[in-house]
Amino acid sequence: MDINTLRALATPIAFVAFIAIFAWTFSKGRKKGFEEAANLPFADDDDVSDIQRESSVEKNTK
Amino acid sequence: MSTAFDHPTYNYRVVRAFTIMTVVWGVVGMAIGVLIASQLVWPDLLANIPYLHFGRLRPLHTNAVIFGFGGSALFATSYYVVQRTTQARLFSDVLSGFTFWGWQIIIVAAAITLPLGYTQTKEYAELEWPIDILITLVWVAYAINFFGTVAKRKMKHIYVANWFYGAFIITVAVLHIGNSAVVPVSAMKSYSVYSGAADAMVQWWYGHNAVGFFLTAGFLGMMYYFVPKQAGRPVFSYRLSIVHFWALISLYIWAGPHHLHYTALPNWTQSLGMVMSLILLAPSWGGMINGVMTLSGAWHKLRHDPILRFLVVSLSFYGMSTFEGPMMSIKTVNALSHYTDWTVGHVHAGALGWVAMVSIGAVYHLLPAVLGLKPGAMFSTRLINVHFWLATIGTVLYIASMWVNGIMQGLMWRAFNNDGSLTYSFVEAVDASYPGWFVRVLGGAIFLLGMLLMSYNTWMTVRQAKGNEAANFQADTQAA
Repeated sequence: MDINTLRALATPIAFVAFIAIFAWTFSKGRKKGFEEAANLPFADDDDVSDIQRESSVEKNTK
Repeated sequence: MSTAFDHPTYNYRVVRAFTIMTVVWGVVGMAIGVLIASQLVWPDLLANIPYLHFGRLRPLHTNAVIFGFGGSALFATSYYVVQRTTQARLFSDVLSGFTFWGWQIIIVAAAITLPLGYTQTKEYAELEWPIDILITLVWVAYAINFFGTVAKRKMKHIYVANWFYGAFIITVAVLHIGNSAVVPVSAMKSYSVYSGAADAMVQWWYGHNAVGFFLTAGFLGMMYYFVPKQAGRPVFSYRLSIVHFWALISLYIWAGPHHLHYTALPNWTQSLGMVMSLILLAPSWGGMINGVMTLSGAWHKLRHDPILRFLVVSLSFYGMSTFEGPMMSIKTVNALSHYTDWTVGHVHAGALGWVAMVSIGAVYHLLPAVLGLKPGAMFSTRLINVHFWLATIGTVLYIASMWVNGIMQGLMWRAFNNDGSLTYSFVEAVDASYPGWFVRVLGGAIFLLGMLLMSYNTWMTVRQAKGNEAANFQADTQAA
C-alpha cells in the first residue's frame, strides 16, 4: 500500500476511534463504574477531617 | 523536616519537599519576570552586566516559572494525588528522592548556565545537552515511580486525574527526547540534528505541546483532584472527563504549526495547524465546563473559601485563554497578532491566570494536609484571600496592558501611506509601547507581592505544624 493512502486513512481512523470512545463512555452499563471512579478522591480513610471542614462551612452559611 | 509528620501509608516527605520548592521557585521565577519587564521599561537597568542582560535573563525567567515553579507543583500534586486516589504508597522512595534532587539540580543548573550564555536557543528547550540528559534520567525515574504506583492500586478504576498526569508524563518524555536530539561538539555546545523549516517545526511541535501537556494536561490532572476535593463533591461529569481527555490529547499534538504562520513552513501545514487549533476549543472547554460545573449547587462555598476561589477563577482564565488561543491561530488574526505583545499577554493569561492560580489553590489545599493538619488549614485564611485578590488584579493588569500594546503594535506595523510606504518606523511602535510596559511591571509586581504573602503563610504554617508536633510529643511523653 502507498504510504500516502495510510496517511490519508489516519483521519477516518481517528474519527471512528473518537465515535467508539464516545459510544463506550456513554453506554448504560458504565454508569455505576464511573460513579465509583468519580468518588475515588473521597474514598481515602483520612477524610474525616475533610468531612468536619465541610460541616463547619455549611454551618457558617445558614 | 522531621519524620513525625509522616503518614503511615503515604510518602508525604517528597510531596512536602516539592511543595516548598514550588513556592520558592515561584517567587524566584516571578521576581526575574518583574526584573526583565522593568528592563523593557528602563533599558539602562543592569545594562552593563552581560550576565543580567534581558536576552539571558528571559529564558531563565521562563525556565524558572515553567519547570521550577510549574514542574515542582506538578511533581508535588501528582505524587500526592496518585497516592491518595490509589491508596498506595509511591512505588519507590529512592526514585522519589532522586526525582526531587535531580529536578532541583536541573533548575539550579539552568540558573547558572543561562546567564553565562550557554543555550540551545530553542524556546523552552534552551538548556544544553548535558542538562538535557539529566532531565531525561529524572523523567524516566518519574514515569517508573508514577506508573508503578498506579499499578499497585487496590481498586479497579484509575481516577481521571491520574490519566491526565500519565499523559503529561509520557508525552513530555517523547517531546523532550524528540526536540533535544543534537550533535554535541563540546561540553556545553551542540547543534540540532534537524535543519531549516523542519527544525522549526520540530521546535514548535515541542513548544506547543509543552503548553498542551506540561502546562495543560498536567494541570488538568491537578484540577480534577483539587476542585472536587475543595468543593466537597465529585466532578460534574465523569463521562465528559473521559471524552475530553481523549479529544484533548489527540488534538493538541497537531496544533504546533500555528506558531509558524507566514514563515518558510509549507502553507498546507500552517492551515492544518490552524484547523486543529480551532477544533481544540471543544475539548479545552469540556474540561473548563466540567470543573466549573462541579460547583453547581455549591456556589455559596465561594463566599467563604478563598482556596476554592483560586481554583474556580483559574478555570475562568483557562476558558478565556483557550478561547483566545484558537482565535489567534486563525491566519488572518495571526497576521495582526504575531510578534506583538498580544502573544505575550495570551501566554500570561494561561500562565498566571490558569497554571499559577490552580497551583496556588492546590498548594494551599495540600500543604497543611502533608504537615499533618486539616487539608486547606493554612496559618491564615485572610492572607489567602488577600493573595487571591492580588493575583487576580495582577493578572488582569498584565493581560489588559498586553492586549492594548499588541493590537496597537500590530496596527502600527502594517499601516501604509497612500504611496505604499510605511506610516510608522519600528521605533515609533516601541515608543508607543512604554505605557503598556509600565502597567505590565505593575501587574507583575502585584502578582509577585501575592507570592511573597504565600511564602510567609507557608513559613508560618510549617512553624505551626512543628509546634503542634512538639506539643503532641510532650503530651505523649508526660502520659507515658
